[in-house]
Amino acid sequence: MRLLPCGDVGLLVEVADLDEVLALYAELEDLRPEGVVDMVPAARTLLLTIDPAITTPTTVATVVRGATPRPGTRPHAGEIEVPVTYDGPDLAEVASLTGMSEREVVAVHTEQEWTVAFCGFAPGFGYMVCSDERLTVPRRRDPRTAVPPGSVAVAGGFSSVYPRESPGGWQLIGRTDVVAWDLTRDPPALFSPGVRVRFVEAR
Amino acid sequence: MRQLEMIATGALATIQDEGRPGLAGLGVGVSGAADLRSLRLANRLVGNQPGAAGVEVTFGGLAFRSRDDIDIALTGAPTPATVGGVPVGLNAPVRVPGGAEVRLSTPDAGVRTYLAVRGGIDVPADLGSRATDVMSGIGPAVLTPGTALRVGDQSLAWPGVDVAAVPAPIGGDLDLRVVPGPRQDWFVDDALEVLSSGYYEVSADSNRVGMRLTGPVLQRSRDEELPSEGVVRGSLQVPPTGQPTLFLADHPVTGGYPVIGVVLSADVDLAAQAQPGQRLRLRPTKE
Repeated sequence: MRLLPCGDVGLLVEVADLDEVLALYAELEDLRPEGVVDMVPAARTLLLTIDPAITTPTTVATVVRGATPRPGTRPHAGEIEVPVTYDGPDLAEVASLTGMSEREVVAVHTEQEWTVAFCGFAPGFGYMVCSDERLTVPRRRDPRTAVPPGSVAVAGGFSSVYPRESPGGWQLIGRTDVVAWDLTRDPPALFSPGVRVRFVEAR
Repeated sequence: MRQLEMIATGALATIQDEGRPGLAGLGVGVSGAADLRSLRLANRLVGNQPGAAGVEVTFGGLAFRSRDDIDIALTGAPTPATVGGVPVGLNAPVRVPGGAEVRLSTPDAGVRTYLAVRGGIDVPADLGSRATDVMSGIGPAVLTPGTALRVGDQSLAWPGVDVAAVPAPIGGDLDLRVVPGPRQDWFVDDALEVLSSGYYEVSADSNRVGMRLTGPVLQRSRDEELPSEGVVRGSLQVPPTGQPTLFLADHPVTGGYPVIGVVLSADVDLAAQAQPGQRLRLRPTKE
């Protein structure tokens, strides 16, 4: 575990992998040190943002060092089926990068159970993980300035659905009509952490 | 029902409070006033509850009237302001008689002027906050001429302060303190010296999300992709161009490029007042 400073308002905890992130996150959610206002789990890091009027990164670091991570803790927050039309502009590129055919890419994407590990980038943008590494591809070298909402994408071993039009560098393999973010819904994010996702090919 | 009727809104006027912390789990950033200190002062001057919503005015140009008497305070970027044609000072509570027009001109220094109204701006809250987040699109719409804003009735006792003695935003070169990290080890050994060796100019390509800076190029020692990770307000994120972006209020929850250092929170308020073309000096410091 490496503790990296983020000015006077945060502490970035770097661990080996996502499982360790979630194990530490589970413990710190219960143990939340005073003055920690937000926790942002990501692929290899957990960011704790703090209120500098209440605490310091040094105090929070002491609590983090004393925490006992809970391995194997992956929350479960329901299941969702997401119908996808697999005609994304990067489908051929993903096939070429993975050495599979386009149909095999679709098959691998639909046969996995994906779990939303964390959110970020934009409201409702869930980073979904699965146990299969065949769809691990890099982000595009030239990010798009406008990715259409509902785009189904993969990058870095994750999959996600773009909630709204935004810039984006992930490889687009398809599109869906499900609404990933709706402020009138509770919670507004469809893909909140712990949700299990099955992608199915729309006919 | 007391309300403000917007006559002109300048380059960008938004409703801001202290944002919506605690929602990173849904991918929602904090947002809120870009210069938090100035919004807080404006609220204190009119006896508002901490966290009440006010108006963040970018480069002046705001004009409004109220049918009823109201009390306001203006803070932040000093813009010549008039109430019913009579000049009024900043950093002070001001009584606005019903029907009088309040007009803000363009600030000579600074970017963002804050308007607090006693009672607060009363618009529906999204996820517990009335802040407009230009990055995520959450929060009230950007203000336009013709908008009517309700004035709330939540206020505290008057603080009994005629004028607050606070320094005006600096028009010349700005010094910002930077704590190295979290990813300074992704840069060549002398990158921090390069960072502090010269000036960075604030580019016109700046908004509430962040300020693009142009100056000495920061070279990376590692070329692999950094998995996206959480970033804080004040982060100096460095894309492959080697030119840092300083994240402000509407920064994303996670970023994809290494952060070489983080500007201390008090200095981010100063940075948020830097005009395009103004120069910054980034001074590495211990937290």
